Amino acid sequence: MASRNNIWANLDWLTIGLYVLLVFLGWINIYAAVFNEEHSSILDMSQRYGKQLIWIIAAFALAGVLILIDSKFYVSFAFPIYIVTILMLVAVLLIGSEVKGAKSWFQIGGFAFQPAEVSKLATALALAKFTSSYNFKIERIQSIMAIGAILVIPVALIFLQNDTGSALVFAVFSLVLYREGLSGVILFLGLLIAIVFILTLILHPLITISIITVSAIVVYYFINPKFVLSLKAIGISASIFMTFWLTNTLLRLNIDTNKIILISAILASCIFCVYALRQRLSQLLLVIGVYLALVFITFSVDYVFNNILEPHQRARIEELLGIKSDPLGVGYNVNQSKIAIGSGGLYGKGFLNGTQTKFNFVPEQSTDFIFCTVGEEWGFVGTTTVILLFLGMLIRLIFLAERQRSVFSRVYGYSVACILFFHLAINVGMTIGLAPVIGIPLPFFSYGGSSLWSFTILLFVFLRLDASRTEMLSY
Amino acid sequence: MDKYAKRKYILGAIFALIAIVFIVRLFSLQVLDSSYKKYATRNVLRPVINYPARGLIYDRNGELLVYNKAAYDLLVTPREVSPFDTTQLCSILKIEKEELVKELKKARKYSRYKPSVIVKQLSPEMYAMLQEKLYKYPGFFVQTRTLREYAHPIAAHMLGYVGEVNQSQIDKDSYYSQGDYIGITGIERAYEKELRGHKGVSYFLVDVHNRLKGAYNEGKNDSAAVLGNNLTTTIDAKLQAYCELLMQNKRGAVVAIEPTTGEILCYYSGPDYDANLLVGRERSKNYQILLNDTLKPLTNRAISAAYSPGSTFKTINALIALEEETISPQTTFVCHGPGTKPISCTHHHESPISLIGGIRESCNPYFWNTFRSIIGKYPKAEDGYNKWREYVMSFGLGQKLGTEFYGESSGNIPQSAYYDRFYGAHHWNALTVRSLAIGQGEVIVTPLQMANMVSVIANRGYYIDPHIVRSVTDPDNNVHKLEFDRKDCLVHADKFEKVIEGMQAVVDQTNTRYTAHVEGIEICGKTGTIQNSHGADHSAFIAFAPKDNPKIAIAAYVENGVWGARYAAPIASLMIEKYLTDTITAPNRKAKEKEMIEANLLNPNQKK
Repeated sequence: MASRNNIWANLDWLTIGLYVLLVFLGWINIYAAVFNEEHSSILDMSQRYGKQLIWIIAAFALAGVLILIDSKFYVSFAFPIYIVTILMLVAVLLIGSEVKGAKSWFQIGGFAFQPAEVSKLATALALAKFTSSYNFKIERIQSIMAIGAILVIPVALIFLQNDTGSALVFAVFSLVLYREGLSGVILFLGLLIAIVFILTLILHPLITISIITVSAIVVYYFINPKFVLSLKAIGISASIFMTFWLTNTLLRLNIDTNKIILISAILASCIFCVYALRQRLSQLLLVIGVYLALVFITFSVDYVFNNILEPHQRARIEELLGIKSDPLGVGYNVNQSKIAIGSGGLYGKGFLNGTQTKFNFVPEQSTDFIFCTVGEEWGFVGTTTVILLFLGMLIRLIFLAERQRSVFSRVYGYSVACILFFHLAINVGMTIGLAPVIGIPLPFFSYGGSSLWSFTILLFVFLRLDASRTEMLSY
Repeated sequence: MDKYAKRKYILGAIFALIAIVFIVRLFSLQVLDSSYKKYATRNVLRPVINYPARGLIYDRNGELLVYNKAAYDLLVTPREVSPFDTTQLCSILKIEKEELVKELKKARKYSRYKPSVIVKQLSPEMYAMLQEKLYKYPGFFVQTRTLREYAHPIAAHMLGYVGEVNQSQIDKDSYYSQGDYIGITGIERAYEKELRGHKGVSYFLVDVHNRLKGAYNEGKNDSAAVLGNNLTTTIDAKLQAYCELLMQNKRGAVVAIEPTTGEILCYYSGPDYDANLLVGRERSKNYQILLNDTLKPLTNRAISAAYSPGSTFKTINALIALEEETISPQTTFVCHGPGTKPISCTHHHESPISLIGGIRESCNPYFWNTFRSIIGKYPKAEDGYNKWREYVMSFGLGQKLGTEFYGESSGNIPQSAYYDRFYGAHHWNALTVRSLAIGQGEVIVTPLQMANMVSVIANRGYYIDPHIVRSVTDPDNNVHKLEFDRKDCLVHADKFEKVIEGMQAVVDQTNTRYTAHVEGIEICGKTGTIQNSHGADHSAFIAFAPKDNPKIAIAAYVENGVWGARYAAPIASLMIEKYLTDTITAPNRKAKEKEMIEANLLNPNQKK
């Protein structure tokens, strides 16, 4: 009981300070973004900046309440919270209302509530609970399957709501699992798949395959550093391809070049497989497996891109990669956002002096594109400061997570850090044309009670766990 | 204890790496690259729609009927507007201040980003004056449009008119946006997709002072407008103009068709209006006036009027009876003149009378007997009636004839079920529905259907779907000829000759010869006088000429024209003469022409 009295003293006030600072900066930027001369008071409740103040005060109150709740509550109720959240995700599909094409809101009177926001918290808790259990071993296939299930269920339900942005956030749990021992190869493979996907969209499949093949041979050289063998590998691959290609050309069989590449790649891989088995080079087998997988992915990119993605998602990716340009359509937001940020210069145009954001050039400027206002009015100094503040908070969260004595608290802490990181990366990335336009808010900054509250809960549950880290030895 | 603890550094590194990438990118965007600052000062990307000129419309001889003239619309993008001298702008535009404020409010409500039209179709003078002062009005700009212009004030109903799209049209077809023009009636509507072309768009950079700073991205995102396709119609402009001259101050309709092709040579509904009235700023005012006109000039009687065919329909009954072999050309029937039961005769002639005589004298008793013989051939009246109806429908009656005709009525040849409902099943027979024998009663036709029916007779048994557009020419001058279906009538070719002889006798031997006979042209026709309880009877005439290898089939319908030979016959015959010989020369014909032009039948209270 003694420790309960010290809760306030045990809280990490550095993180809380960063949190309050970011929320405050967000608020004054919302004020600048929707500034209206007729309602120039920042306390004007008819305007977004006035309303945001109410959300902020409520968020602080919420944070206080969370700190008063016993930390054991979150451990004991991790699974029930998760299950209730899943039920809400199902319910919203059935009786939810649609906002901007996503059927993800409960509308109760004037109050709207998005279960997907809570599902991040619930999944983080469930993941923390599961990974901290005794029979959890990341190497065991059952453990991996169970984790997969915990993640896939909410992701699938959120996808069904047509809220791709929120669903993508869950990808970041792979970083949390990496910290808990998930093989780095899996992360690396994910990265490889993403690179191959992008390369195939930009370049001809032939060139992508060539790059993959050359890379595979280079990797092979590093595994088995014998120059002659690598040369042989190049020779075998090239001659198989040339044989097929010449046969096709000379006999005028009119077989699609893509098919020839695919057949050549499979045939060459078979030969190397036999070689690898004979020489007992298990690493080579892995390289061949990855190589073949990437070749197949290259050929399936077109299908995925054209059949699985929605037209607006395709358009946003094409715009980002510069395949198509439509400055007044899909590219409008990003183009205007870049102009707003770019025109800020080193020191910015000064508070309330922005022209681009002021005249509503940038849509969603108080929500998803709030970073534009920072860029225009505070310049490079302002944007860098905000990014460094966020980075500071993330590093601090890693530090806090590492000092936990229970797996539960550590996993949850990393989840919080990674979720915040993902939102930061995608949100800022899209405003400066480095990430596709995915409608997810900038934590603590963007206008809206729903997002501010859910990030506050996410953070303060962790701060509460951290404050009583010394009690948590039993977990 | 925790072998993965070192991974915290990798995760921290990932976080830091992304932050560094962002900072580098921001440094390049905000500090190194100055182009965004330039964009921001010329901060407006203004899309200007390039409106294509609508396709031109020609007559069958290549005479231009419809073309375009330039017009200028004043648009505003509300978010770019800054306070300006409203009084001065209003004085240039010649509008009230309240109106301007109202329009601005409306524009702001529609969208703050997207331009809305403030004033439509400025005069060239206004445009010139405004162009000089435009720099004073940030957010305002002028866009060039094209408006329809009509070479001759003819064929308004056929051509139709163009107006602004409404919301439901925008919802239905994403091509359209607020303020676009669309064909509303006539071939402007039917051939909208051919005529409209394809809009293009140019992006311009405009600075905060509303000054044009050149093309955005060197025009790489611009698209040019594609011109609309031109249409060649089947109308003969000269014949059409002549028809309109003859029909002036009369209510009714005239449709002329080239029988072998189904091409409509003339298509008139009276009274009509000058198509130039429904163009430009005066359009809505004029439209209201026309809409409220008691003579209903906007009604297209040629395709929508519900007329009884009257005695012109007797030709059809004769043909059906011949095909059904319930009469032969030699069959005679007795006529007692005005006292004949159940339908009296309106003429005095020999009795008994045969087919040719029956048509010539338009003998009601003859056609009552003919009609009765068709229905009576079958044991049950409804079977006979259904057979009869099948024949009638094969003449193109009781159905819509084409997709080109917006607002076309299908007329009415009632189904037997209608009579079942009206009289009770099996409680009616030929006698009950006897008025069908003489083209009165429930049978309803449009002038277009009547002209098409004459085409069937002229062609001896078939028609080509009547149409107004012959070919579409794209901007590269490729001509696409349109194809139309041939429909065969259930009456065979050999049955037509005697009926046609009867029709020739109408024009050459009866009193009609004084109004419709033309020396040197074998015209075959049939008059119709349609009972009208509201005033003078209507005058109808169907005809084709020449008798062999017909070149023109025509139906004329003149409301309150007293009787068939009085107005419809001379008008139709003058048109045939004009079309076939290009001129009216004989003194008696000149006199007839003058009489027709001068006749005014618009007084609704006029008596016989």
